[in-house]
Amino acid sequence: MDTLAFYLFAFLSVAGGVLLVALRNPVSSALAMVLSFVGLAGLFIGLNAYFVGIVQILVYAGAIMVLFIFIIMLLDLNDEETVKFRSSSVLAGIIIPLLLLAQILGVIQAGHQGEEAEFEEIDVASMKVSAEKFVRNDDDGKALPRSEQSAIYKSLTHEKSPKLPDTNLIGHTIFKSYNFPLQVMGALLLVATIGVVVLSKRTHKQAPSES
Amino acid sequence: MDTTLLIAAAIKIAAFIGITMTFVSICVIFERRFSAIIQDRVGPNRTMIPLSILGFKKDLALPIGGLTQPVADGLKFILKEDFTPSYVRKFFFWLAPVLVVVPALLTMAVIPFGSPMEIGGTFIPMAIADLSVGPLFIFAIASLSVYGITLAGWASNSKYPFFGGVRACAQMISYEIALGLSVIPVLMFFGTLNLGHIVEEQVANGWLLLPLWNDGGFIVSSGYWDDPQSAIQRLLLMVPIVISFVIFTTSIFAETNRMPFDLPECETELVGGYHTEYSSMKFALFFMGEYAAMVVGSALIVTLFLGGWSIGFGIDNLLPAGAWWVSLLHIGVFLGKVTFFILFFVLVRWTVPRFRYDQLMNLGWIVFFEAALINVFLAALVIAYPSIGLTGVLIGFILLTVVTILLIKVAKGATEKPSATAV
Repeated sequence: MDTLAFYLFAFLSVAGGVLLVALRNPVSSALAMVLSFVGLAGLFIGLNAYFVGIVQILVYAGAIMVLFIFIIMLLDLNDEETVKFRSSSVLAGIIIPLLLLAQILGVIQAGHQGEEAEFEEIDVASMKVSAEKFVRNDDDGKALPRSEQSAIYKSLTHEKSPKLPDTNLIGHTIFKSYNFPLQVMGALLLVATIGVVVLSKRTHKQAPSES
Repeated sequence: MDTTLLIAAAIKIAAFIGITMTFVSICVIFERRFSAIIQDRVGPNRTMIPLSILGFKKDLALPIGGLTQPVADGLKFILKEDFTPSYVRKFFFWLAPVLVVVPALLTMAVIPFGSPMEIGGTFIPMAIADLSVGPLFIFAIASLSVYGITLAGWASNSKYPFFGGVRACAQMISYEIALGLSVIPVLMFFGTLNLGHIVEEQVANGWLLLPLWNDGGFIVSSGYWDDPQSAIQRLLLMVPIVISFVIFTTSIFAETNRMPFDLPECETELVGGYHTEYSSMKFALFFMGEYAAMVVGSALIVTLFLGGWSIGFGIDNLLPAGAWWVSLLHIGVFLGKVTFFILFFVLVRWTVPRFRYDQLMNLGWIVFFEAALINVFLAALVIAYPSIGLTGVLIGFILLTVVTILLIKVAKGATEKPSATAV
């Protein structure tokens, strides 16, 4: 069942990628890219990374690609379909992906040289074990009552339906371990946004009064 | 996977999609009858079963006050000629209506319709997919329906539909931001993205917009005030939550392209908007998509702010958890609340006039975006009170006030027309 879902979404993702290059109409290409992103999101969700998968759709398929399509439609790039590519650009288009592919293969090869990574199945028992890392204790070292515990602990040890709180875990990692880089990134993005606004804002010259 | 769960999932998918589709048709009849009441008309109240075309003498009139009208509407749409103009981009023209309906129906997969039902010792959640990213899933999939509308406008290869599509695209992207930001205080308060857990929390501690009871008892009893600090904190939190609720509900209107934000299909300017070139069932699919989005939007508002399936007032805890009739009762309560919101949507459509497009964009980008952003910090201040103390909250509040005043000044400058003196 899981394998079937993997192959389905992997196929969608690859097919989207191939169509993106093969189709000549820009809008079709952009939609093929959306298809590819949706397939990728499916793969993430298959790995129990719901948050990453959903954000993949929300940010890339739902926001960025919509802007792409918006721009393409406004520019009305119809002559794109008849453009002939120069042989040099085709060559570059072949060589650069090949380099990337070689790099990916190298990384995979390097990963396999060591011990085979053992992935444990995520079940109720293993979640209970990992929940021990997130227990909140009082001053005497005793575990606090359940209502005082963190959301991660509560979700991992929920009696009716324990679930992997991947969203909370990502938040925990980002804000506990990488808080400073996150703040710097936020500041950089803010600066970039302000820069774009300043650069693109035309200064209005007062129109001469006609009356 | 357990066989029980598999069968339960299949039944849930069939039942909940059935419920949503039923609600879509109920929306149609509500819209027509309610608008008739508002405009002092009668509305469709006597749809008959046309036995006369089968050779009988009289049509059969059922005494149900025109409830069969959606069936007649649906039949009319199916039987009409399905005309595809010659100048359209065929593939996208056919794809667009599908892309509107499918996301709208997919989003209801994470909505908890009722309390978990106990079957053979296992509790089965009354949501098709009990995901840990509920609201995000809805936002993500709903954002895909932009493609349908935009493609419809573009593929029609005709001026006014194109304007409609572009308008819809810009409007939905803009209001997605306000929608996402406005729900952050709510999620900060619950600390979880699982809609099922959010509702369970509200069963125990009062609906988000109605914190009248908690573990201790009702607000009038002393049990409520056992922990006075957290009780006061909860009541203070009502300020950001009410702001969230207003922004969220209004943004849902804009996201579903409903009046007063239905600029993409504004018939006084754009003939019919993005679906001008569509006919027959393809046209009906756009309407189904709009109504399905409305149903899911109402369901999301109810789940986040009004306690989802909970009856409230501590009654849920008295009922035996997991019994099948309790689950069904809760489904009924949930659908009742959703119906209320659908009526609210209809009421707004027939009472509030349409916005102008620049007003719409200003509301989204200048008012709601900033308000939602400030609201996030306001909620954070109230929630952080136990850890940063009263001085921390006061300093934060003063800073926030200064920022708010500055923002309002900047926003006022932005909305002023630069050529006001030149005319």
